Amino acid sequence: MKLSETFRNGLIKENPIFVQLVGMCSTLAVTTSAKNGLAMGLAVTGVLVGSNLVISLIRNVIPDKIRIPSFIVVIATFVTLIEMLMKAYTPALYSALGLFIPLIVVNCLIFARAESFASKNKPIPAIVDGLGMGLGFTLALVILASIRELLGAGTLFDHQIMSASYQPALIAIMPPGAFIILGILIGIFNKVRMNNEEKKAAEETKSAVEA
Amino acid sequence: MSLFTILISTIFVNNFVFARFLGICPFLGVSKKTDTAFGMGVAVTFVITLSSIITYFIQKGILDTLNLGYLQTIVFILVIATLVQFVEMVMKKTSPTLYNALGVYLPLITTNCVVLGVAILNIQEGYNLIQTIVNAIGASIGFTLALVLMAGIREQLELADVPKSLEGFPITLITSGLMAIAFLGFSGLV
Repeated sequence: MKLSETFRNGLIKENPIFVQLVGMCSTLAVTTSAKNGLAMGLAVTGVLVGSNLVISLIRNVIPDKIRIPSFIVVIATFVTLIEMLMKAYTPALYSALGLFIPLIVVNCLIFARAESFASKNKPIPAIVDGLGMGLGFTLALVILASIRELLGAGTLFDHQIMSASYQPALIAIMPPGAFIILGILIGIFNKVRMNNEEKKAAEETKSAVEA
Repeated sequence: MSLFTILISTIFVNNFVFARFLGICPFLGVSKKTDTAFGMGVAVTFVITLSSIITYFIQKGILDTLNLGYLQTIVFILVIATLVQFVEMVMKKTSPTLYNALGVYLPLITTNCVVLGVAILNIQEGYNLIQTIVNAIGASIGFTLALVLMAGIREQLELADVPKSLEGFPITLITSGLMAIAFLGFSGLV
């Protein structure tokens, strides 16, 4: 597969959240504001690129039987790195994301990429895959977080968007809002995908008939 | 905080699934039938309680005394992964019936964020050993409750006429949202 294809694959076609439905815990928990969503997405991208690279480099050395513990150690190392960096340089974000930074370790997305891509491919494609998947995750997180912040607080990245008379729908930034809005978003994504497939199928039959 | 307050707050007010968003993957994955949901709940209870006790001693005994706090994430996840494997082996040898009932869920638990989440929360909140155990049990009961309730609803949902684009995952998420609203009713209880 070409590199650009690998990258696009993660960003849209195999989007971690809307299509693969992995990494839900952090998705739902940190998307109370667009800023937090973006920060979480970038943190996950950082871990994913690092772990993909290292796992791809040592893929021929790891015995098959103990590959899972080995992956966990590599991933946990990068998570600890990111955790320390955030604690040092962005303490406000660090406390806002709280528990969910160490919990990146158990984010199924990172593990799934290690198992299904990085352990079978060369380092360069592994990095590109990590970037694509990570940015796809970030994109989904920012979309969800922006909607929640806009509805729930009337702001976007802390800038006032809605007019002063807007009564914020608090439910959107509370836990139930996360579930419901993500459910609707995935529903819309499915609908668009199904429409596209139908169109494609219709065009194919049309061209077949003409031929 | 009294032990009873901790128990009630982790089961209802700060339910790990509906308020803290931990353990969403198994919550959505294993909640299709009530009996499998219950089996998963029991297995999780077992692992959470054991891992909370062990990580408590590791934190106090090794990490704090040697000033290695930054290794917490790595050490805890390894302890949990090893523990799950160990529990699986012991169960296989000593109680094949229990193993047959819970065996399939055990490997899934390693990547269940409730287990790591509870272990880290116990340390962050500065709980002592008894409080740690109560918190762990409360968290597992809350998780099992959410799982079994969801499974009950999903069994009925199978029969419902859901729009095609919302089928499966999206409708489950929306249902969870409605359940989370119900659980919001418990806030202010503690």
